[in-house]
Amino acid sequence: MYGKGLRALSISTVVAMTVALGLVFFYAPLEAEQGFLQKIFYVHVPLAIVSLSGFVIGGLLAIAHLRTRDPRWDMRSYVAIHMSLIFGLATLITGSIWAKGSWGHWWVWNEPTLVSFLIVFLLYATYQPLRFAIEDPERQSRYASVFAVTAGAFVPLNFIAVRASTAYLHPRVLGSTSNLPGSMALTFVVSLAAIALLFATLCKYELTAKHTRAQVRALRRRLGGEARPSPRGRSAAPAAPPAGIAAPAPGGAP
Amino acid sequence: MSGVVDAPPGRAAAAPRSAVRPQVGLWRTVRAVLAKELLVELRTLESVPAMTLFSLSTFVIFHFALNRSSVEGDLGAGILWVTLLFASILGVNRLFVADAEQGGFDAFLLAPVERSAMFIAKALTLLAYLAALEIVAVPAFAVLLLGSPLAPALPGLILTLGLADLGVAVIGTLVAALAVRTSARDLLGPLLALPLFVPIVIGAARATAPLLSASHPSWPAARWLATLGLYDLLFGLIAYALFDFLLED
Amino acid sequence: MLALDGLARRFGEREALGGVSLSLSEGQTLVVFGPNGAGKTTLLRVLATLLRPHAGTVRVLGASLPDEAWAVRGRLGLLGHEPLLYRELSPEQNLTYQARLQGVPRRRVAEVLEAVAISSRASEPLRMLSRGMVQRVAIARAVLHEPDLLLLDEPYANLDPAAVELVEPLIGAASGRTRVICSHDPGGGLAEADVVLGLREGRPELLRAARAVSSGEIRELYR
Repeated sequence: MYGKGLRALSISTVVAMTVALGLVFFYAPLEAEQGFLQKIFYVHVPLAIVSLSGFVIGGLLAIAHLRTRDPRWDMRSYVAIHMSLIFGLATLITGSIWAKGSWGHWWVWNEPTLVSFLIVFLLYATYQPLRFAIEDPERQSRYASVFAVTAGAFVPLNFIAVRASTAYLHPRVLGSTSNLPGSMALTFVVSLAAIALLFATLCKYELTAKHTRAQVRALRRRLGGEARPSPRGRSAAPAAPPAGIAAPAPGGAP
Repeated sequence: MSGVVDAPPGRAAAAPRSAVRPQVGLWRTVRAVLAKELLVELRTLESVPAMTLFSLSTFVIFHFALNRSSVEGDLGAGILWVTLLFASILGVNRLFVADAEQGGFDAFLLAPVERSAMFIAKALTLLAYLAALEIVAVPAFAVLLLGSPLAPALPGLILTLGLADLGVAVIGTLVAALAVRTSARDLLGPLLALPLFVPIVIGAARATAPLLSASHPSWPAARWLATLGLYDLLFGLIAYALFDFLLED
Repeated sequence: MLALDGLARRFGEREALGGVSLSLSEGQTLVVFGPNGAGKTTLLRVLATLLRPHAGTVRVLGASLPDEAWAVRGRLGLLGHEPLLYRELSPEQNLTYQARLQGVPRRRVAEVLEAVAISSRASEPLRMLSRGMVQRVAIARAVLHEPDLLLLDEPYANLDPAAVELVEPLIGAASGRTRVICSHDPGGGLAEADVVLGLREGRPELLRAARAVSSGEIRELYR
């Protein structure tokens, strides 16, 4: 199940990124006010969109885990959130560069998207410490899922609240994506697709790697004939369920 | 000593228990847990005095840190809400400690009770602590730091406090339950709670700022109250739905 | 009363319980032996509906776990390592809370406090009582709601011989209740048992009627 389609996904990602880069540098027109720096918009905004979607998807996957108790959902949720955190960091960095170039400051408070993003990032940065602080793997997965659902619901609410609080200050100039001329819109859409594909590919890589590692461990155990598996030590990442053990039967809450 | 332990003959004729629903109703359980919580707090006097003293000290520190003897408007609202929030974190940290260390969640989990009752009871407990805190902290703030008169602002302030406290109680209870059975419980609680509190700060501070100025309206703007109310409602539902998953072993 | 078939429970990759199958009739006593970490407490907690089984079937008091757990909650009495009581509250306050949770009338509190001979100190905070007394209050908590099945984890620890005799009608053989007891005492435990289960690393190494087991065999488990 894992690993299938990985090659096709990787190839399409490389193609999409190449096309996107080409469009950004050679096709999209230079924007009047900000000049070349504005092109960072084609990286920053897709990163933000993909990252936020990843967080919300992580929450949805966590709901699946809580309802079915199948550890594979938790694994997917973990990877989605983990990857979104990395993309989120990239969002903040590119946003900061853009702010410096456009406004002269490394950080601006009147850009609600960036500010909301910082808050969401700070929240999700506690995800891995939370997981690491719980040793029992089943409880770790369950608590992490509760967090993921809470945080996933928080993302849109937080955006609304921050947006409301900055409405009376400067009008948004950095992040408006409406009223884009055709060429910019096309470039934006292609960039968005490329980054989304990149996200999906990296997630699939991580899932496949984890699953493979778990299978190797299971095989080693079987060959070695040990009754007790070698200890993994404490870990923030969920373990892929050992092959051959069925997921616990889903039922109503006890 | 009577051996009151033989199964009474009537027991065999007792109605068969439902296989999927607990026996003891929700509100009875809430009352039982709430009574126990308040009893323990009255005996130990841990949370409320600590939260109150903390807020008073914080006001003093603000005076020196900002080098101001009188604040109002945005600054006043900010100081008040920051202080209340950080004081509430003390209460959040202690909320489930007695259960985790002594009473044990097991006793509750073994009982034929609606489990959501614990969420409701604990949130009400935290709400009670916050109310007790504010009865002291808000007048103290008015005396120590506030430049504008408190009395005219009071009705609007109380309304805002009520809505904000609800949000803090709901989020605080969820976060406390998440953090208490981890190995870093004192650290994770604040780290999880503070970002989740941001929308509450936004709504509460914006609502309060105009009230704390010399020429003030007597009621906060509806949009901020609506923000708070909506946030409370949505997170209340989410926390209520998720809480049971944290209780199991 | 109790029917297990292939019960398994994992903690991550470690198997805490594997392939436990047994049955117990009403009024019988099962005593579980095994070194620390063998899975005794895990077994007890699964029976108490506190842990979900990961494989196999578990039937307790006629209900299948975990799906029908609500049918048995309130009919089980658990006595674990922790007394599950609040130190700042008195025995009476603790048991009143429990009574409200279990849906039993208040007069049971006085009855059960009398039965464990704590009535004279029922209003003092628990932290002022000795460990033996706290254990007695814990026993009172476990039988407050007159459970049909008792799950006891080393119940006689911290009790002096007089206290052991005192609680005999509540949790001992004289109570007539079905019991599952975890024990570290080969001699005493064996004497109480109808069925003996010996666990090692989660697996049942020994499962027999008590009369067919010698205390020497039990000691072997601990080697």
